[in-house]
Amino acid sequence: MRALVIAEHTNSALKDATAKAVSAAQKLGGEVDVLIAGEAARPAAEEAAKLSGVAKVLLAEAPSLARQLAEPMAALVVSLAGPYDALVAPATTNGKNVMPRVAALLDVMQISDVVSVDGPDTFTRPIYAGNAMMQVRSGDAKKVLTVRTASFQAAGAGGSAAIESVPAAADPGLSEFVSEQLAKSDRPELTSAKIVISGGRAMASKENFAIIEKVADKLGAAVGASRAAVDAGYAPNDWQVGQTGKVVAPELYIAVGISGAIQHLAGMKDSKVIVAINKDEEAPIFQIADYGLVADLFQAVPELEQELAKLGK
Amino acid sequence: MKVLVPVKRVVDANVKVRVKADGTGVDLSNVKMAMNPFCEIAVEEAVRLKEAGTASEVVVVSIGPQAAQETLRTALAMGADRGILVKTDATVEPLAVAKILKAVVAAEGPQIVLLGKQAIDDDANQTGQMLAALLGWSQGTFAFKLVKEGDTLTVTREIDGGLQTVKLKLPAVITTDLRINTPRYASLPNIMKAKKKPIDEKTPADYGVDVAPRLAVLKVSEPAKRKGGVKVDSVAALVDKLKNEAGVI
Repeated sequence: MRALVIAEHTNSALKDATAKAVSAAQKLGGEVDVLIAGEAARPAAEEAAKLSGVAKVLLAEAPSLARQLAEPMAALVVSLAGPYDALVAPATTNGKNVMPRVAALLDVMQISDVVSVDGPDTFTRPIYAGNAMMQVRSGDAKKVLTVRTASFQAAGAGGSAAIESVPAAADPGLSEFVSEQLAKSDRPELTSAKIVISGGRAMASKENFAIIEKVADKLGAAVGASRAAVDAGYAPNDWQVGQTGKVVAPELYIAVGISGAIQHLAGMKDSKVIVAINKDEEAPIFQIADYGLVADLFQAVPELEQELAKLGK
Repeated sequence: MKVLVPVKRVVDANVKVRVKADGTGVDLSNVKMAMNPFCEIAVEEAVRLKEAGTASEVVVVSIGPQAAQETLRTALAMGADRGILVKTDATVEPLAVAKILKAVVAAEGPQIVLLGKQAIDDDANQTGQMLAALLGWSQGTFAFKLVKEGDTLTVTREIDGGLQTVKLKLPAVITTDLRINTPRYASLPNIMKAKKKPIDEKTPADYGVDVAPRLAVLKVSEPAKRKGGVKVDSVAALVDKLKNEAGVI
């Protein structure tokens, strides 16, 4: 068994999702290599080489790989797939974009959003927004997996793998990068934050999210939102937590003005401690919250900020 | 320019499914079914392309049991022109769906295939990407905005951290995210008109596709249940619990 992890990185740095995918790949029970595909991506490769348990880092650099578009990425991964029994990527928007293309080119049925590696060919994944867990055994010669990062611990440091340059495959020339609008924030990433505080439709405006952001900054937390809040334009798309947004499992999840639709619960119910603040005491979110506070969020959230200040936060 | 929109019949988004006691799957008997919400968004986008004069015909295709015809009728009522039902009672995995769709594309010759980014039953998020791979076409997944200029399609995509815009060579496969549009409700006259629109019936065998699954389902189980905890009566009490009981702040 030999696995190749397709890394998530920014060329200049490795993302935490990669370390989690490495740890999922290690559970397959064999050697794990990491592929860094990008442009001027040696710094990311050097970080990957330090991950514990990585045997080798493959570094493919080309202008066409700078943004990791699906068409050249899939061509590259397929060109390298030969010796590997499994191809693994984190279930980020990148992983979700690239891996099914790889799987189809290899005539393999991908297994998406793996939450547990139960054996070299057996995996568990959520279906129906996490309302059921399905264990499957793959009959394909190669396994193509995306793994849910919230379900795996990041591989630690302490490795010293060799970095080997590999040629980029020919760019199929189907797509071209135009631009990117990325939110700039000093807060931690939603999917790797230890604390997440999210607002729902009851926030009632974009401006009102400021009271949540103040608490987030006191706690060093990431800010999330329910789909209703995003659809209403109160919060940006990439804050959405839920079945079709991001899946998070922080130490502490604070749901503010979120009723708790099953699609939202799918994105946060594996959090260690859940707090719900909602003025409707019948809100379904209270059924899964460890601590519930029935209160008007416009009073409770600023008060929370003050209480945290008293603790010296 | 023809647009092909594959649509899937799934459990209604508001239904909370139950796992069968024997662990073989979820109980779908007497459960309300509907068009997958992401497919509705794809149909809406295709119909808007037609209304804008960009597309000349919108063809919808569904792979599933006879009842999937209702899903096609819904799409026809929203404004699609005609339907194709690829009839099968088997569970068809995304890879096999993509193979059937590849054959449908060969027969129909669309310039754009528009799909939902994922189905809310298996949550796989694979079919569009797989179809693009099999066709050797460009792909624009998780689309937030589409602009067609000549033989290119500029697609703004929802990605982790924000938005990304790419320029794709046509033909292309596009998968829709939540915010590209709000699907319309079909009007009663359009629902009546849709009954007269043609639906072709085919089978996977007509397209020479083997739909035998690659994955063996060993077990379907309930997720670990979370118990509700306690209600606190003040913010101060909450902060105290978080600090001294849970130890998370």
